Amino acid sequence: MTETDFLNWVRGTGMQIALTVFLVGMIYRLLENYLIGRKKSLAEPKGDEWRHGLNTVWRRSLLHSNLTTRGYFTLVAGYIFHLAFLITLFFFAQHIEMFKSLLGFGWPALPPLVITVTAVLGIVALIAVLFHRITDPVKRMLSDFQDYLTWFLTFFPLITGFLLITQSSLPYKGLLAVHILSFELLLIAIPFTKLSHMVTLVIARWYNGAIAGYKGVQS
Amino acid sequence: MPATNAINDIPIKTSGGGSFDFTTGNDVPILHEIGHALRRLSDQDESTVIDLQAIPMAPGEEQRILQLLGAGEVKATLDALGQSEVAETTYPGVWTVIHRNTHGETVGKYIEITRCPDILCSQDADIKASVERIGETLSELEMKLSGGSA
Amino acid sequence: MTDHRTVGDILRGQGISRRGFMKFCAATASMMAMPPGMVPAIAQALDNARRPSVIWLSFQECTGCTESLTRSHTPTVEGLLFESISLDYHHTLQAASGHAAEQAREQAMHENQGKYLMVVDGSIPLGNPGYSTIAGISNIDMLTETAAGAAAIIAVGTCAAFGGIPHANPNPTGAVGVSEIIKDKPIINVSGCPPIPVVITGVLAHYLTFGTIPELDKLGRPKAFFGESIHDRCYRRPFYDKGLFAETFDDEGARQGWCLYKLGCKGPTTYNACATTKWNAGVSFPIQSGHGCIGCSEPDFWDGGGLYRPLSATTADIGTTALLAAGAGAVAGAVAGRLNKGAKSQAQAQHEKLTVEDIEES
Repeated sequence: MTETDFLNWVRGTGMQIALTVFLVGMIYRLLENYLIGRKKSLAEPKGDEWRHGLNTVWRRSLLHSNLTTRGYFTLVAGYIFHLAFLITLFFFAQHIEMFKSLLGFGWPALPPLVITVTAVLGIVALIAVLFHRITDPVKRMLSDFQDYLTWFLTFFPLITGFLLITQSSLPYKGLLAVHILSFELLLIAIPFTKLSHMVTLVIARWYNGAIAGYKGVQS
Repeated sequence: MPATNAINDIPIKTSGGGSFDFTTGNDVPILHEIGHALRRLSDQDESTVIDLQAIPMAPGEEQRILQLLGAGEVKATLDALGQSEVAETTYPGVWTVIHRNTHGETVGKYIEITRCPDILCSQDADIKASVERIGETLSELEMKLSGGSA
Repeated sequence: MTDHRTVGDILRGQGISRRGFMKFCAATASMMAMPPGMVPAIAQALDNARRPSVIWLSFQECTGCTESLTRSHTPTVEGLLFESISLDYHHTLQAASGHAAEQAREQAMHENQGKYLMVVDGSIPLGNPGYSTIAGISNIDMLTETAAGAAAIIAVGTCAAFGGIPHANPNPTGAVGVSEIIKDKPIINVSGCPPIPVVITGVLAHYLTFGTIPELDKLGRPKAFFGESIHDRCYRRPFYDKGLFAETFDDEGARQGWCLYKLGCKGPTTYNACATTKWNAGVSFPIQSGHGCIGCSEPDFWDGGGLYRPLSATTADIGTTALLAAGAGAVAGAVAGRLNKGAKSQAQAQHEKLTVEDIEES
């Protein structure tokens, strides 16, 4: 298989497979959970579920004074990584062209220099959180294979993308194909791993807030 | 509405060659290279040739470089396999050599930093051929003269 | 009939002065992308180079490569170079035809056994040999027979190098490039659809001058011309780096000469000399004329999802895929959800207790 064959495949069949697994996986996962249904509470509701649910979604996103050093580091580094990653993914002109081909519409891009900065920030923050996960005893004890796997799957698109924009001497065509493939692997992994938090996070936080609100306690 | 007017109603906007104000920034490095080569010519009598066709340049950039160098005291036209122009720029020691084929297409574009581009000088093989030819011409003439007087 | 004259002899015989010859060598050096300091070496080499016999075989091709090379009959440098070779067989250009032509080819092959240069344009069908024949001889037979006594093979054009357009999906004739069939001879791939004329003659010139093959990349293409990507030598690169793209072919960005990435330019993944050597004796090249690179010197460029689809965009039919996937997910999820609800109701009815194992199951 030539480099061109490989690139043509990842841009075509590869993307179809990745998208199919991602959509089937995520919709299946969401439905099979949602349709279990919630336990009906026979008490009088003491607060509005929706308002409290949304309140918790917001409050849990903030940094708060009760955080430990470990928690503070995790939150700050985590935020930097997530913001940098999402900006790089959604506001690089070339990526927007990809989304245009998937969704049918695009949006304005940010200057490439900004994206270079966010890409670097994302990589550095990701390495920092891995370092912390390995060196902090509590985190190390809690971490399993899936945690490290998802780290690598997230790291590869970032590092290959960065190498592409910095005009490294690596063969461009092959590297581009690997970059697209790494994104497809990430897509496939999302429904089967903790990465699905990108969708379930909001739902879970809302649910917690809703319960509290129904009971009339702080959400 | 007459159909002929419709064609003229189509707005056509042409962009002139000069409105494209874009550079690759290659002109300054080339001038530096010429500067260094001139110094080498002056100090060590060493010639240098720069192939302009090997350097990527935006449209109009090459013209700007040649305009910057300007036209000096010497301009020569070669008629060998098409026309070639050899000219000294306003910087003595810096020559431009442009080779064209019989079709008028450019086949070579050089900046030569030298006392005098080699291509202007008569070549050894041609001189040898001249020696033979002048000998033949002279003997023909002598034959004609001696034949005429007889 | 073998010619024992050197290239220098031939040029002198045509009344070309030494000065003219030096001009010719300078142009040849430029054409071969060699530094001007090499001109004396080239002059000496050409002076002594024997006139090689060249056999040109055309297979499944559109003749564009021959057209690209032989634009005029007046003495251009390319033309002269062409005349310096002894073109013993070219069924588009030669005067002879039929049996006489095939006989000429066989004679040239026999007399120059092991020394003649073979040029091929067009792909070779591996399917039914009847798809493409010359004088009743199938392409693959003619190729293997002629290649046996050749010193080297130049595969001119993307068809001969990689299969080209006949090789594109669904490849009904089983078309392949020369290097898929011939494995025991040096092959120079001069790809492009068509290749830039000076690239073809530059390779010929190199072989004539030095009798060796130029340095090749991993696809067998001469590095002198295919070593850099269009993107790395494109004069519009600063616009790419600044994120300034033309969105349509006639918008303000296009008029300003901005990068054509969003209009499908394949410059980043294409290796050729178009951005430096350009076309029509350096006049322009596709990007300069406002059209993105189509990647014509790369294998399988026809199957890259379309000339106007950006490199980062998917080439798959997403709409149908997404709809089917979402539908399948919904159905499967609904079924699983209902089963889960059933299991929950049953557990409640039977007053099953929640255990640690249940919680750890994730």
